[in-house]
Amino acid sequence: MGVKPVAISVDSPAESRDLCHKAGYTYPFLSDPNTEVIRRYDVLHKGAGVNGHDIARPAEFLVDSAGTIRWINLTDDLRVRARPDQMLQAASALASH
Amino acid sequence: MPQDLPTNTTPPDAGPKRSPNAALWLGCLIALFAFLSYIPIFAKYPSTRDMPWANFLLFALALVFLLVGLRRAFGQSNLYRGKIAGPILTTISVAALVFFCVSIFSLGKHLPPSTQAPKVGQKAPDFALADTSGATVTLASLLSTPITASQPTKGVVLIFYRGYW
Repeated sequence: MGVKPVAISVDSPAESRDLCHKAGYTYPFLSDPNTEVIRRYDVLHKGAGVNGHDIARPAEFLVDSAGTIRWINLTDDLRVRARPDQMLQAASALASH
Repeated sequence: MPQDLPTNTTPPDAGPKRSPNAALWLGCLIALFAFLSYIPIFAKYPSTRDMPWANFLLFALALVFLLVGLRRAFGQSNLYRGKIAGPILTTISVAALVFFCVSIFSLGKHLPPSTQAPKVGQKAPDFALADTSGATVTLASLLSTPITASQPTKGVVLIFYRGYW
């Protein structure tokens, strides 16, 4: 439907490459080790990583081709993430425009 | 010697014919399964993950078995064993339930509020980050690169995740 996923975390390109290889993900995995972009989107989870490293909290932003945010999911619970059907619904609303 | 004692002097709950109290053990096993099964089984499916009703159903079943077992152990102690094992197994089961509730309803909720996150309708902040091959990727380039030659990109979903550090 013309919408592609892009994953962002503090993992290094090599770590993400291993993950993609193991899990079979084919979409882009971007590396933000200095949490620069993670902070720009205000999704930093301070000290939540191993050894107190700052990491990203789970969050999803749907951006349309004009660069405008069309849908956001900021979970308040680590267990409860956006479901594929929720993302697809948001994406199909975008695709029909 | 105990064998020489007349049967009428045997205490009512010390007879050799008392049955093992299977309900108690089964109840405790179900409670432990209810606790341990969440991550390997039920967390895999959104319908049993977001609200762990399947695990609570198992805990309820476990408590029914434990109550039946306790009634047998204390109400029919001439027929069933379990006066010592019963309270211990029940305590273990209730502890598993309490720990499960704390884990489910508290541990995952310490996320920062993200009040400054960009809102729906706002421009998504651009970025330039390295992909898995080390090449720099910008949001603008992601949006302008078609998915296939015949399919233009109508949008991207930015998925921030905790990573494996």
